[in-house]
Amino acid sequence: MTKAYERVLAARQKGRPTAMFFMERLFTDFLEMHGDRRFADDRAIVGGVARLGGLPVTVIGIEKGVATEEKIRRNFGSAHPEGYRKALRLMKQAEKFGRPVLCLIDTSGAFCGVGAEERGQGLAIAENLMAMMGLRVPILSLLIGEGGSGGALALGVADRVWMLENAVYSVISPEGAASIVWKDAGKAAEASEALRMTAEDLLGFGMVERVFSEEGGDFEQVCAALREALAAELDTLLRLEPGELTRRRYEKFRRIGGDGQ
Amino acid sequence: MISKDLFKKPNNRLEGEQDAAKAARQAAAWQCAECKANATRDAMTANDYACPRCGAYVSMTARQRVQWLTDEGSFREMDAELLPVDRLRFPEYAAKLEKAQKETGEPEGVLTGTAAIGGEPCALFVMNPMFIMGSMGAVVGEKITRLFECATKRRLPVVGYTVSGGARIQEGMFSLMQMAKTSGAVLRHGEAGLLYVVVLTHPTTGGVVASFAMEGDVILAEPKALIGFAGPRVIEQTMRQKLPAGFQRAEFLLDKGFVDRIVPRKDQKQELRLLLTMHRREANR
Ligand SMILES: [Zn+2]
Repeated sequence: MTKAYERVLAARQKGRPTAMFFMERLFTDFLEMHGDRRFADDRAIVGGVARLGGLPVTVIGIEKGVATEEKIRRNFGSAHPEGYRKALRLMKQAEKFGRPVLCLIDTSGAFCGVGAEERGQGLAIAENLMAMMGLRVPILSLLIGEGGSGGALALGVADRVWMLENAVYSVISPEGAASIVWKDAGKAAEASEALRMTAEDLLGFGMVERVFSEEGGDFEQVCAALREALAAELDTLLRLEPGELTRRRYEKFRRIGGDGQ
Repeated sequence: MISKDLFKKPNNRLEGEQDAAKAARQAAAWQCAECKANATRDAMTANDYACPRCGAYVSMTARQRVQWLTDEGSFREMDAELLPVDRLRFPEYAAKLEKAQKETGEPEGVLTGTAAIGGEPCALFVMNPMFIMGSMGAVVGEKITRLFECATKRRLPVVGYTVSGGARIQEGMFSLMQMAKTSGAVLRHGEAGLLYVVVLTHPTTGGVVASFAMEGDVILAEPKALIGFAGPRVIEQTMRQKLPAGFQRAEFLLDKGFVDRIVPRKDQKQELRLLLTMHRREANR
């Protein structure tokens, strides 16, 4: 066991609140909007319009589900291309109406399957990355549990990226890394340490701006802190000219890994 | 990630050799890994790096590809001095990098620069399958980002050749973030009204497919190239089923509507030249 792996297990723990738990507490008047208008409605992604305080916002969350049947319906929070395309449709709509976008991320990764490949999983993620880089309204992404690689990043190109204390965010699962690098999936604990995937790590790298304490495991309290922080942050971001907003967003990601050290 | 055997060792290494040794090597016999036909290396390279008998493609290093593709003497390499950094001090990564650098004679997994193809100027990136399976580390992302930024400033089209096993695991989140960074640079280049043609070669998978490989205005692919977000073995494990024949091959992607054209190697220079010519700004006046 390593400290990082404890975080991984906490992020995956049964009973940990999922996206809709946070949506219900952070927002009011939530109206869910279904479907990508191209293929289907992917239940792994829940999105729609809601209010944060008085402010209309677009909310998009990756939902793992709670009860077994729901988990299956939501494919355990692993989205297909149509899920990312639904998210993109809602983001474009947010841009049209000048609403900020809030993304809640909790996924072990984008789904790896025949249908996902046939419908262009790679393209769907790539299109989101490009569109989010240019979206002319504020985007704030919050990692609440697992941040699994490209499937998480597809909702994570944001002006502010925040994490809960026990959320993790990684290029690959520790099990996957261990089996590729050491040919031994049993070394996941070591791999999770080596990958530097905890909230503190990412804060130190400048990939995340803020980490929220889960002290005492009281998620009602976490939501209260988040509600206040979100309102203040959106107030700041909404003051920026759209061109300035996208310039700063690009510059933020542009700097990562750009120095020769 | 995909299996290692997709990345065959180069059959020849021309770079940095003395002229005499080079001549000797070129004269050396070459054998096709597919049909076992014997030929000279010259005959194979003259046949656009394909077996003269069965036509099977031979894996090309980035430098071989640049030399093969671009007008003689036109390639001006950029950012050759950028070296990978072991930011996470990931176990065994430093040794792995050193080995890759020694084996390839290259500091990293992508070559970038300006060049001419059939007289048409462009900015060019070519990924290297031999360098840690063409994986995307921070330097790969940085060089490609700088190339797009430079092309935007100089109003040049970009031609890119992809080949990748996916993320560079040993660089952790620094690897993942290159997907966002490169996508931002591609977007800005596109917003300036400039052309980006990408050629997907065998194999192009993972984070590269989920970013700049799929962001071209025109997406070309080499015949039979494996192209996918997830590697076939990962999918087999998830689905617990054998994958259909031809799944994730270039022809499959064309069929599903994700690739514009499949272009054999022998036709690539000509097609790229045509595309560049037709998208010249003055051509539209
Ligand atoms: Zn042959």
